[in-house]
Amino acid sequence: MAGATNWITTRQSGGVTEVHLSGHWSLEDAGQIDAIASNMEITGSEAAVLDVGAIEYLDTAGAWLVEKLRRRLSSAEHTVPLRNVKPDHSVLLNLIGGLADGPAAEPPSYSALSAIAERTGRATMDVLAEAADLLNFLGLATVTSFRTLMRPSRFRLTSFVHHLEQVGLNALPIVGLLSFLIGVVLAYQGADQLRRFGAEIYTVNLLGISMLREMAILLTAIIVAGRSGSAFTAQIGTMQVNEEVDAMRTIGLDPMEVLVLPRAAALLVALPLLAVYADLMGLAGGALMSLFVLDISFTQFTERLKEVVPIWAFWVGLIKAPVFGFVIALIGCREGLKVQGSADSVGRQTTRSVVVSIFLVIVIDAVFSIFFSAVWV
Amino acid sequence: MTNETIISIRGLQTRFGATTIHDGVDIDVTQGEVMAIVGASGTGKSVLLRAILGLVPPSQGTIRLFGKQRGHLSAEEEDVLERRYGVLFQNGALFSSLTVAQNVMVPLREHTNLSPTLMSEIAAYKVAMAGLPRDACAKYPSELSGGMRKRAGLARALALDPEILFLDEPTAGLDPIGAAEFDNLIGDLQQTLGLTVVMVTHDLDSLYAICDCVAVLVDKRAIIGTIDELAANQHPWIHGYFHGPGSRVAAAGVSS
Repeated sequence: MAGATNWITTRQSGGVTEVHLSGHWSLEDAGQIDAIASNMEITGSEAAVLDVGAIEYLDTAGAWLVEKLRRRLSSAEHTVPLRNVKPDHSVLLNLIGGLADGPAAEPPSYSALSAIAERTGRATMDVLAEAADLLNFLGLATVTSFRTLMRPSRFRLTSFVHHLEQVGLNALPIVGLLSFLIGVVLAYQGADQLRRFGAEIYTVNLLGISMLREMAILLTAIIVAGRSGSAFTAQIGTMQVNEEVDAMRTIGLDPMEVLVLPRAAALLVALPLLAVYADLMGLAGGALMSLFVLDISFTQFTERLKEVVPIWAFWVGLIKAPVFGFVIALIGCREGLKVQGSADSVGRQTTRSVVVSIFLVIVIDAVFSIFFSAVWV
Repeated sequence: MTNETIISIRGLQTRFGATTIHDGVDIDVTQGEVMAIVGASGTGKSVLLRAILGLVPPSQGTIRLFGKQRGHLSAEEEDVLERRYGVLFQNGALFSSLTVAQNVMVPLREHTNLSPTLMSEIAAYKVAMAGLPRDACAKYPSELSGGMRKRAGLARALALDPEILFLDEPTAGLDPIGAAEFDNLIGDLQQTLGLTVVMVTHDLDSLYAICDCVAVLVDKRAIIGTIDELAANQHPWIHGYFHGPGSRVAAAGVSS
């Protein structure tokens, strides 16, 4: 309020401090009034009186400031009385005066060091609990799979086919394009380095082995985790928020059987197929690059490939595919089922789902590598 | 209290594609009045509320708040207008990543430049005014029950000391006792703070407890009157609403 800046004036009369309040006491000016009120000197022991008769306009923020000032002036022995309260202000002042005091309780804060310790501890325990939980879920999924195997009629064929289309067929363009490009890059970089030794022809070995054994399947698994694993989490999570999963349980439908199994089966089938497709596209990219950079014709490329790349390189890659597919589907579904409460949680779990499944895919890939090198040397 | 008209709706028509929801709705709300909007499901009660709030553009007609016409305002006027009303959405619509106190502070942060201490003090008494215990301030919406979430939403709606309070089904989903308490709370706050209240409701108890007048949405229009006037109306839906099985209990609760 321009002009009306005399919100608080203090006067002494006969040993009593009279504090006169006037003007607009509203949210608009609350910041300024609060600053003035907290800078006010409090002379201490003598009795004080708050005169609120000259306040022209009062809202709840203003009433709080009056109350705050009154509490500051008051001491244990002496409660400062309000004087000349206007009738239409009294209700408001009584309402605020009757409420509990003090600022809002903030969540407790800790020192930085103990906060770090706490978060580290919490994160460690979370990882352990998560691992146990995942194992539990794997067990449950296995049991449900076997139960469904015993009674195949219970398997949701329509749902399975739908998801097969979603995660398999619809993933072909992106998986194909990326594998092709990686094939191109590998061939080009490989040829560039090997040429220095006059060993360009080994580009085919490099490309064949790395593509078939590792690159194609890893690439496919990571794309599928980002594309389909996250979709599973989001779908199931949204159902969880809408209480659809709870509704299923009360109707006697097992979410494990209805939601998880068709998805897991679909990825189990789709990922090996996608991996073979990625192999082919990757080699095609490499062959094309060899033709341009090294002048190796397609026939030469195929001959050489047959000669130097053993068939087990292809099988080593393919064996991993169903395992990756199953893991991605399980993580996706489990994170979805862990959604609770709000839409916020769906986003969080989806992120988690992608991170955890990519992490596990790479860890399992490393384990496979160790295993195969121990078996075949 | 002056009897100024602060909400004035004239010839409002709202349409979604080929479906006409409202066709010629006229409503006036005077200052200090508690107006309820009732109607069968699908008659566009919430759409009407959203139209008044400017969330749904009307296809025809005018909506004036404090004499200012919706849709013809500059950004600053819009800003000033928004400070003068508070809205409680059906489920509270609290921001789930913030605590209750932080939720109440959002409008304060946006529209004022108060010190953090003062803001948190204001948030604390608003929360207390809405009838929540002190420890609720530090809680997140997901830790609250439905009724508490509504109270927290009410605290946020009241954060800027609005002149008009809009409520969307304030008592839906509450048990009868909780609903009655919430009605009383709104009635008390309305009288203490001199609020004008516009609420969408199904609840006859709320109607009898706190409402001065009622706008019934039937046949795409609004029929306005006091409860007694409307109870005598012969329109089949209005008659059924005020004389149905639930209505006698609510009316008896008032007269006793």
